[in-house]
Amino acid sequence: MKKVYVNEEWCLACHLCEYYCAAANSGAENMIKAFANGNKPIPRIRVEEGSKINFAVQCRHCDDPICVKSCITGALSKKDGIISCDETRCVGCYTCVLTCPYGCIVTSENSKVIQKCDLCLKNNNGDPACVKGCPNKAIVLEER
Amino acid sequence: MLEKEGQVRIPAGCAISGFISRDGNRICGDKIVKSISYMHDRSNGLGGGFAGYGIYPEYKDQYAFHIFYDSNEARVETERFLDRHFDVVNLSRIPTRKHPNITNEPLIWRYFVTPLPTKLAASQLDEREFVAQCVINVNDRINGAYVFSSGKNMGVFKAVGYPEDVGEFYRLEEYSGYAWTAHGRYPTNTPGWWGGAHPFALLDYTIVHNGEISSYDANRRYIEMFGYKCNLLTDTEVITYIFDYLNRKQKLSLEDIAKIIAAPFWSEIESGKFSKEETEKLKYFRNVFSSLLITGPFSIILGFDGGIMALNDRLKLRSMVAAEKDDMVYLASEECAIRAICPDVDKIWSPRGGEPIIVKLNQK
Amino acid sequence: MALNYFQPLFEVIRDKDRCIKCQACARQCSNEVHKYDAELDMMISDSQTCVDCQRCVTICPTRALKITENNNQFRTNANWSQQTMTEVYRQAESGGVLLSSMGNPKPYPVYWDKILLNASQVTNPPIDPLREPMESRVFLGKKPRNVSFNEDGSVNTKVTPTLELSTPIMFSAMSYGSISRNAHESLARAATELGIYYNTGEGGLHKDFYQYGPNTIVQVASGRFGVFKDYLETGAAIEIKMGQGAKPGIGGHLPGQKILEDVSRTRMIPMGTDAISPAPHHDIYSIEDLRQLVYSLKEATEYKKPVIVKIAAVHNVAAIASGIARSGADIIAIDGYRGGTGAAPTRIRDNVGIPIELALASVDQRLRDEGIRNEVSVVVAGSIRSSSDVVKAIALGADAVYIGTAALLALGCHLCRTCHTGKCNWGIATQRDDLVKRLNPEIGYKRLVNLVHAWDHEIKEMMGGMGINSIEALRGNRLMLRGIGLTDKELEILGIQHAGQ
Repeated sequence: MKKVYVNEEWCLACHLCEYYCAAANSGAENMIKAFANGNKPIPRIRVEEGSKINFAVQCRHCDDPICVKSCITGALSKKDGIISCDETRCVGCYTCVLTCPYGCIVTSENSKVIQKCDLCLKNNNGDPACVKGCPNKAIVLEER
Repeated sequence: MLEKEGQVRIPAGCAISGFISRDGNRICGDKIVKSISYMHDRSNGLGGGFAGYGIYPEYKDQYAFHIFYDSNEARVETERFLDRHFDVVNLSRIPTRKHPNITNEPLIWRYFVTPLPTKLAASQLDEREFVAQCVINVNDRINGAYVFSSGKNMGVFKAVGYPEDVGEFYRLEEYSGYAWTAHGRYPTNTPGWWGGAHPFALLDYTIVHNGEISSYDANRRYIEMFGYKCNLLTDTEVITYIFDYLNRKQKLSLEDIAKIIAAPFWSEIESGKFSKEETEKLKYFRNVFSSLLITGPFSIILGFDGGIMALNDRLKLRSMVAAEKDDMVYLASEECAIRAICPDVDKIWSPRGGEPIIVKLNQK
Repeated sequence: MALNYFQPLFEVIRDKDRCIKCQACARQCSNEVHKYDAELDMMISDSQTCVDCQRCVTICPTRALKITENNNQFRTNANWSQQTMTEVYRQAESGGVLLSSMGNPKPYPVYWDKILLNASQVTNPPIDPLREPMESRVFLGKKPRNVSFNEDGSVNTKVTPTLELSTPIMFSAMSYGSISRNAHESLARAATELGIYYNTGEGGLHKDFYQYGPNTIVQVASGRFGVFKDYLETGAAIEIKMGQGAKPGIGGHLPGQKILEDVSRTRMIPMGTDAISPAPHHDIYSIEDLRQLVYSLKEATEYKKPVIVKIAAVHNVAAIASGIARSGADIIAIDGYRGGTGAAPTRIRDNVGIPIELALASVDQRLRDEGIRNEVSVVVAGSIRSSSDVVKAIALGADAVYIGTAALLALGCHLCRTCHTGKCNWGIATQRDDLVKRLNPEIGYKRLVNLVHAWDHEIKEMMGGMGINSIEALRGNRLMLRGIGLTDKELEILGIQHAGQ
């Protein structure tokens, strides 16, 4: 199955992926609207910066996902290799936020439910915004 | 004022025809006149001409120069030049008859010559090169003189007019030869100059050509490196020089020359249909003689001592038909020109683009 | 503090309504023009150091930025332009030679734009490249004077070493050092995929790129950086660089700060030392010396590789080319005054040399007049900007062209002409790791391949229009060209007629 991978060799730490991710998942029509009026939607991808090495991190869609195991309501589930969250069932206990070893499950700025990368299945037909927006092909969607 | 041939490049459409008797039977010139006349509509009266091979058996060891003069001064100057370089065995006006459609004729003279041995030795050239250089010299340097035929035992006859009228004007029925070629011209401009009519000739090579080659200036600027002067700016002239250069100077066979000027496409060369040696050779030709590739439409008949050759461009953008009957081979732009003089041919076909037809005398 | 005489050249204009303060501009500007001020929660730009490289404009996700020329004006003076005055201030302050990069930007005539192409109408047919074969393959190298025959009478098909190009375009010499490793890798991979050649420039060849040797031209320049046996043997051809269009008569100078570990190893000079190429080759003070170097290189590589001699287009270029054609060289490369550079003295770049169009026309004619055009192939460089420039160059008489600037544009360069600062925001003309990585060769090489493919298509389209189906029938075919708005003298030098003739 195709997943999002990051080539740290080419990551420039421009952080654009974060903005493309946040905008794409905000439901707003475009990026300007998503960030209008001081809004700061939270991205589901985050760039880790070092002195020489940078890379973006988002859900790895683990083979044996500890977040799914820890979910107390069954909101998190894994289907066809993709871990996604049923927002109607999430109660905002944040157990998953605490257990994810990559720190890839984030809170939401305007509700209690968590949010996480679902490879843009819901908003972009599975064409991840971070991959499309990366200016240096550091983030790729591919089979490995 | 309109510029004449050589001052401006004039594109032209045309009709061509030619035949050869492989047994060397001498055929009367009226046959070729009849053949070309059937393609009257392919010319527009602005140029017609013929080349006959084997027509001067009594002078077969001399070079026959046919020369147009604009004036007697040009003749005197040219004859002085000829006397300095050649032993002139015979000279006369070429017999013509008055024809209502052929006007403004220049002085038309014929000379049978052999190079002066001392001059030839001093030039350190072989005989044919010596003659060729002299011809190019006259045409390039003497104003108002134009050598339009210079081979042995052959001759070119050309004028401004329809080819059938030109044939009558030159009294071609009085000549007979083993091979004839003919040309009717359809230039898109008024040349009004006899030298611009075809065939074009150098030594025994003559070319009649139908087409307009798009590679002209690439070919011209290349061939001019080797001492040729393309004064007429015509395709025919440059193609003749290319044949002369590759055949006489580079000693390549006519078959190989076809592989150079109408080279197979790379896709064909690399298709595996040729042997390894042949592939190597085709690649070599396309590398070494790349500037002699001729593109754009052409169908040509080359006449040479002992044979004729026909060739189409590699896309076959001009019509050409070939036919056989007994020892005769016919070539023409249209089938009607062949049927006109040989109604029941044994075989008739349309040669493929880039595929040469080379016919030589059986005993030569 | 002394007065600052230098007004910003550009003005950064930010559309505050569009800016989402993502700070990508700030993170990507090596000139530190943009800054995020957390207290004010706004982006602040200082135009003073902006070079108008357009990186921020290109990367901005909301298209909130544009860079314009600063319209602050000194008092208008037709003789003393603002630029000229500023240059005086600069020199009054620094006491140094002015430096510039890339090609001559002055408004001299561009002859390519004054030449028009022909097309077939009625008397012969145009050819449709989508339906008929259309060939753009060329060979570069010496052609034998006469055909020789084997004992059995067959044609002897041996030729001296030749370069075979799928299309008559190569990438010009740009050294590793002047451009980045990733730029080099992009060029090398693109050349390999395209079946053409790229050129190492005078900076040697990085070990990692030896794998692209069959599509590499290795350069031997006056500094002889990185030249050794393996280097010569790896390349498909060897180019002796006598001169460069951007700076004829001048050597090169790669500052020590660009000589980092990898560059130092590749150039075979100590880290941190300036790499200075002398103006002449100190073993070539005349044409007979050149012949010796040509043959030394041929000896060293057992006559297996063609040797190119590259010169800048200068006033007597035709005579020089004629000398080179007789020196044993297989290919002459001529670089016009618009040719690019990583750094050159401004006065030299803007005032020395001649246009490549005129140089090419006179060289090709001269070699033909002397009957030695077959001794060498002619490659031209120095601002070939499009496929129509290529077609015109070939019709004037070139065998192929080198593209440098156009190739860099494909990689992202916006011609800000500040390569000499080493802070290229596009990762091309820099050795700074954080900047170099901005050019991902995976993207870069594909863009180069796309560019050359696109040009090749266009070349074929134009050839087809002229009724020509093979590039060799276009070479030197000056009848296909007409001048427009040119003087008799210019037409005479170009060897073409005026439009309407």
